Amino acid sequence: MATLTAKASTARAATPVAWSGWATPYLFMAPYLVLFCVFVLAPAIYGVWVSLHDWDFLLEGRPFVGLDNYTALFDPASAVYADFWMSMRATGLFTLLSVPFLVVLPLGIALLLNRSFRGRTFFRGLFFAPYVLGVAVVCLMWRLLLDPNLGLVDWLLGTDIAWTTSLPWGWVALVGVTVWWTLGFNGVIYLAGMQDIPRDLYDAAKVDGAGRWAEFRHVTLPGLRPVMLFVITTTILASANMFGQSYLLTQGAPGGETRTAIVYILDQGLGQYKMGSASAMSYVLTLALIVVSVINFRLFRGRS
Amino acid sequence: MQMSLDNLTRRRALGLGLGALVLTGCGGGGGPRQAAQQPATTAAPTTYTGPAVSLSFWNGFTGGDGPFMKRLIEQFNAAHPTIKVTMNVYQWADYYAKVPAAVAAGQGPDLGIMHVDSVATNAARQVVLPLDDVATALALTEADFSPPVWQAGVYKGARYSIPLDVHPLGMFYNKTVLSKAGLDPDNPPKTGEEYLAELEALKKAGIQGHWATPFPFTSSMQFGSLLYQHGGQLFADDASVSRFAEEPGVQALTWLVELVNKGYSPKNVGQDADLIALQNGKNAFNWNGIWSINTLRAVKDLEWGVAPLPQIGTKPAAWAGSHQFVVFKQRTSDQNKLTAAKVFINWISGHSIEWAKAGQVPARKSIRDGAEFQALTEQAAIGSQIDNLYFLPSVAGIGDASAVVDQAINAAILLKKSPKDALTEASAKADKILEQNRKKYGA
Repeated sequence: MATLTAKASTARAATPVAWSGWATPYLFMAPYLVLFCVFVLAPAIYGVWVSLHDWDFLLEGRPFVGLDNYTALFDPASAVYADFWMSMRATGLFTLLSVPFLVVLPLGIALLLNRSFRGRTFFRGLFFAPYVLGVAVVCLMWRLLLDPNLGLVDWLLGTDIAWTTSLPWGWVALVGVTVWWTLGFNGVIYLAGMQDIPRDLYDAAKVDGAGRWAEFRHVTLPGLRPVMLFVITTTILASANMFGQSYLLTQGAPGGETRTAIVYILDQGLGQYKMGSASAMSYVLTLALIVVSVINFRLFRGRS
Repeated sequence: MQMSLDNLTRRRALGLGLGALVLTGCGGGGGPRQAAQQPATTAAPTTYTGPAVSLSFWNGFTGGDGPFMKRLIEQFNAAHPTIKVTMNVYQWADYYAKVPAAVAAGQGPDLGIMHVDSVATNAARQVVLPLDDVATALALTEADFSPPVWQAGVYKGARYSIPLDVHPLGMFYNKTVLSKAGLDPDNPPKTGEEYLAELEALKKAGIQGHWATPFPFTSSMQFGSLLYQHGGQLFADDASVSRFAEEPGVQALTWLVELVNKGYSPKNVGQDADLIALQNGKNAFNWNGIWSINTLRAVKDLEWGVAPLPQIGTKPAAWAGSHQFVVFKQRTSDQNKLTAAKVFINWISGHSIEWAKAGQVPARKSIRDGAEFQALTEQAAIGSQIDNLYFLPSVAGIGDASAVVDQAINAAILLKKSPKDALTEASAKADKILEQNRKKYGA
């Protein structure tokens, strides 16, 4: 331990940074920091201030209400309690259901598409294609295809399933459509990650007599770990921020059970101009997402 | 003047240094409430003699109605060389989010259209100006319109909007489907008994005749119509409490849910599927908005008609919306622009027969009674309900409370909750929202 520290200090001494250059890193970071502060940090702090008021940007009186907007979220007798937690539950459920598919399926597809075969580019394009469609196009199309009484899907399957108006089918539809729509994006990320795994590792594995499975377990997966962390984290956040599908495909039916937190927050803030309450809700959601992200990072660090 | 000074001090005391937002509050020298008490200053509103002005006019006419309004504006511009009106169209949802922000930033348009149930909220939020003097200057009175339409634009004793049109719910029907079930396609049902008898006949012919949609378009409008037909109300007149969970509301929602239970409607009807099924010949009746006229007209070989809603309850009633002209608050008011705006509102209102062709009922009585409007058979059929329409009370934030009803109807028609339970739960929630709004906007 002592030698290590000694080595580190000699290394530092060996490449001295002139004192006058102390500002250099900060200057390099300045453009980003300025944008970050103006567009992320300041609004975030301002949001806390807003959440402590009964806030409407057009009204003269924006009375300070302290923590009322927060306590209302935890008070079963308040107007927002039931709807807010139902929407949080919807968000959680959707994340829980969609993330495994969005992490595993694209990996499998990327593995297949990473091999060389005729028409590989065509299939790569095919899986990525839906991702370029806008959410409105995707949802309108699927709403008609999945219509409980007139839709093509039920007709093809010979079933009578209310895909967009009943549970659990609403969740099947929301998750299914989302996976179909966005799996290409994660697939591309995985593919790019696979290009970065040195070929000689595979050669070495072959020399050691590794089969396909062993190759995947001991070379591909470890090589993809940073990519996996990225994919899982962004997918969780994207799923937790799901808005359009719930807004357009199911419209929260039945009775608001598939209405996600973001849809509800938007309605409170921009629909009903209750920005204080909406801000408080976003902070509760943010807190939940921070906790999930921290756990996620911990898990990955623990493994490596 | 007194009040704006007070406001400034109060704001400074609160220390909310949001320059742009603070400024708007006192632009134009005083809030709308004082301006409402000012006497009418402008006369001769039907002609404009001042210097050339341009007016920006925002609305949400993104559908088939957009081109009609555009043509009207072109005609207006041609007839008024010194006034140039330009139109910006947004999706209604974007429009309602954008306009208050634009007005707050001092970048608001001069003129706009608002749905009648948004007028009070925007009046309370000081987005729109009172228009009593416009009405006076244009010599418009209740008699020129109809009492509910005219009264709907009044908030706290001041008028904030001038009606352009009303768009009520009507009963659309597929004539081919009715004939197939042995029913008279030219004599649609007028009472509850007749209606249920026809649904029964349709059922025997293997057709589900009234698809009960669980989605706000248009289940909430159907529910509301039935509720008022049964003598109920959505809210008390002063919106102190919600009243939709009382007996008439339960009867109304039960009637809709029974359509599903009795097999007159499929279960789990999807969004817009009721109207699509009508076009496909799978559905016989659809209670939908007057805007469906042009949709159905575009369907080839579809034999359809439209009639007033049948009277299911004890009296006739139908849901209606109304597009109304509003004038937005500016940082500095410009008398010339205001006069030009009055001329514009009056001219469009007077030419709203053109607007009727876009699939609306003109609010102006003289035009509704004219031969030219009566010749628009479909519009005239729906328009005949004009005296039986209801609107939400003119109370700020009423839309927030009525949104709760949408969810209750959704749950009930999807058979997740009994009509009574769904409405009672929603009613408790709506009352809390009404109370919050009273606190926020002042009783």
